[in-house]
Amino acid sequence: MEPGIDVAIKKKLADAALNAAKSKGASYADVRIGRYLNQFVITREDKVQNIVNTESYGVGIRVIADGCWGFSAVVDAKNESQLAKAAEDAVAIAKANAKLMKEPVQLAPQKGFGEVSWKAPIVKNAFEVPIKEKVDLLLSVNDAALKNGANYVNSVLFMVNEQKYFASTDGSYIDQDVHRIWPNFNVTAIDPASGKFETRNALSAPLGMGYDYLQVNPSDKLTGITTRYNKGYDMLEDATAAARQAKEKLTAKSVEAGKYDLILDPSHLWLTIHESVGHPLELDRVLGYEANFAGTSFATLDKWKSKNFQYGSKEVNLIADKLQVGSLGAVGWDDEGVNTKKWDLVKDGMLVNYQAIRDQAHIIGEKESHGCCYADSWASVQFQRMPNVSLAPGKTPLSVDEMIKDVKKGIYIIGDGSFSIDQQRYNFQFGGQLFYEIKDGKIAGMLKDVAYQSNTQEFWNSCVQICDERDYRLGGSFRDGKGQPMQVSAVSHGSSTTRFNGVNVINTARKI
Amino acid sequence: MAILSKEEAKRIIDKVLAFSKADEMSVILSGNRTGNIRYARNSVSTSGETEDLSLSVTSVFGKKSGTSTINEFDDSSLEKSVRRAEEIAGLAPDNPEYLPVLGPQQYLETNSFAESTANIKPDYRAKAAFDSIDPCAKKNLTAAGYMEDTAGFSAIGNSKGLFGYNQSTSVGFSVTVRTADGTGSGYAARDYNDVSKLSTLSATEVAMQKALASSSAKAIEPGKYTVILEPTAGVDLLQNMMRSMDARNGDEGRSFLGKKGGGTRLGEKLFDERVTIYSDPQNPEIPGSPFAGDGRPQEKVVWVENGVVKNMYYSRFWAEKKGVKAIPSPSAFIFQGGSQSLAEMIKSTERGILVTRLWYIRAVDPQTLLYTGLTRDGTFYIENGQIKYPVKNFRFNESPVIMLNNLEAMGKPVRAGGNLIPPLKIRDFTFTSLSDAV
Repeated sequence: MEPGIDVAIKKKLADAALNAAKSKGASYADVRIGRYLNQFVITREDKVQNIVNTESYGVGIRVIADGCWGFSAVVDAKNESQLAKAAEDAVAIAKANAKLMKEPVQLAPQKGFGEVSWKAPIVKNAFEVPIKEKVDLLLSVNDAALKNGANYVNSVLFMVNEQKYFASTDGSYIDQDVHRIWPNFNVTAIDPASGKFETRNALSAPLGMGYDYLQVNPSDKLTGITTRYNKGYDMLEDATAAARQAKEKLTAKSVEAGKYDLILDPSHLWLTIHESVGHPLELDRVLGYEANFAGTSFATLDKWKSKNFQYGSKEVNLIADKLQVGSLGAVGWDDEGVNTKKWDLVKDGMLVNYQAIRDQAHIIGEKESHGCCYADSWASVQFQRMPNVSLAPGKTPLSVDEMIKDVKKGIYIIGDGSFSIDQQRYNFQFGGQLFYEIKDGKIAGMLKDVAYQSNTQEFWNSCVQICDERDYRLGGSFRDGKGQPMQVSAVSHGSSTTRFNGVNVINTARKI
Repeated sequence: MAILSKEEAKRIIDKVLAFSKADEMSVILSGNRTGNIRYARNSVSTSGETEDLSLSVTSVFGKKSGTSTINEFDDSSLEKSVRRAEEIAGLAPDNPEYLPVLGPQQYLETNSFAESTANIKPDYRAKAAFDSIDPCAKKNLTAAGYMEDTAGFSAIGNSKGLFGYNQSTSVGFSVTVRTADGTGSGYAARDYNDVSKLSTLSATEVAMQKALASSSAKAIEPGKYTVILEPTAGVDLLQNMMRSMDARNGDEGRSFLGKKGGGTRLGEKLFDERVTIYSDPQNPEIPGSPFAGDGRPQEKVVWVENGVVKNMYYSRFWAEKKGVKAIPSPSAFIFQGGSQSLAEMIKSTERGILVTRLWYIRAVDPQTLLYTGLTRDGTFYIENGQIKYPVKNFRFNESPVIMLNNLEAMGKPVRAGGNLIPPLKIRDFTFTSLSDAV
């Protein structure tokens, strides 16, 4: 992979844009020079369907003029005049829109950092690993699945490298190198006699790691009813288990609808955290900026101001964190030049804060931004995006086995499945990959057709126990969607296995 | 720069093809200029304009292929992209399912480009937003909306002499209007190729009416109800079903069209006999691309006729294996409806629920096409032919296949999300819980 543009040239280009914006009357400007690389290796059974390398280079310029935001982006921009012209366009757009603005933008102060850089702490750059090694891995994964009872298997490796240069009129010139990886598969088992099929997806997590995530390390494995993984993923072993489990699902018992105590593995719970905590506490949603698309939020400012809104039980501590090593959200600075940090969202069950960026901080009385502004491309406008939001592990020692031992009628859910939540984040429904019935403290067998429905506040208040930090693992979303035009963002969510009492479970089997 | 003419696009594609050392090569070149304006809380929040131009090169040696994309267009970048695709192809193992690229094809004229949309300027977008915000502000309502316009082209070419070029435009507008006390919310969405058909004011008036009428909704028990799904509500479920009509998945027994014992349900009557669904790239309301990504021509195809599955889409490999015509998947579909207006459908309903919009739709079971999601932005109880009162939103768990067997009536199709969809009256639609969301 060839190196990107030299940092000295990027600074020169950025200065051309900043100066042009200022000379046209901008009170603030920032420039993002981005080179975005992706690689996909896509296979099914014994075939490589495609290997794709993508590269996108361009510049996005954002300004404030007459108190209003304006943005312009330009593809393949390598000379100063192109950037100056784009900056002028951004100022013209800001001025046109200022006529419709009610209140001028208020930016939280941010000191400049000068010329600085940050690089994801990866051990092995996935883009430098020979393609043959990746192909061989996926084909051996597929082979293992087929040998263990799968009829079909699709597997993929996604790799992302964002080379981002940020400069602003605050005096920051920030060069960052971000890496992400996601190995994934889906196996299908078919019963031709009944015409039924069942699937099982990988229990991997997308992470802010290099190819080192695929180096098998026994200490990263948690054994149990099925093996789950921490910072090292044994894809071959998981595919073997997946094939057997998909087959087992074909004859598994269909769940009886009713109330159950749920034991949720981190490979599942991350998505429930994402939807029912991460999104409702985005301040732009709370204020109504996402009303036309993703929606607003039940977690309104009056609830936060009351200092008495019980989001969850006393066990529940939810933390926003842009620093967590190996997570999808970790960077040195966000996409508006703010240094990243860690803060509480829900403390001992109480709602204490939101996620806010520079033009929102004043609304919640913060003196500075939380540093969670992001754009998915040079061509997209940066806006508030979810930091990693995680559930703190329990403080008293507790293993998964000890947790299950106390459950009379429950379901143990592993892996994420179907997910849906309303536009104010009250009512949700989640599926999963693997469901095990718990009867009188013991796992009684596999279930299928399971989904649970609840209300966010009710659900988090039914949280009674959280396993300790030995069980803490990250899950995450590689492509979380928000905004118009929609942008994707990658975000991790950590937790230990957690128990929720008396949750409503429905049976999803139908006949067509 | 981002919207190249046919000649300019051909020149670049020919140049790229000339760099090739592979057995075969195919190229996709596309570019667009897209502009948008977004507003919320009755004020513009973001607005911008972006140009992009992108080249995708697929090189093939024997049955080994590799793809590389780039958006830099100087000669050395173009050559670099070709070498990269060749390098990847050289490293890939044989794909036994690879078929040689197609030779030259004949494509239909689709008229998907409108000058009016291509000429949109920032002032136009600001006015469109003003026309939506102003009436809301005057009535103490809060508008959040978004308009996006795109003008672009797509060109394809390959080493066997195939070449295709198409220009297209599109504009999409949506608005959510909320009451000041947050107890009512309404929505409207429009999309066209030609922006002269768009009135952001009239769409906003629909959303305003729904916001006011949906205020202080009553809770009624979830369960099975007769529903009238407005086109904006029905489109996603129907689109999801149409995306599941791949023949290979059916033959492999992993789709709702797989048959017990093997094969597909092609030729079987799966829906009410009034259900007919087709696609037509030349339809003047929803003109589409004349070609699929792999160069196959898009033509008029009937997918479901009088409730019977008439066609499924095929990859070229699977069609050859099965000895049938390789029909590509369409970019949009047309659900042939009836002639009733929405008002007439409400009038003929004894008891039912009118649904403006469905939200956060996700697959629950691919075998039965069971989906879950929620109603949103205007849900109303109908009794004796009249809208009686707004009701709280519901979560549903329902399959479009079951829905289209429980069909009561269909109205006149309108454009929704790029498709033509009628309002649909469906009996026994399954709501499984209530939501407090407004």
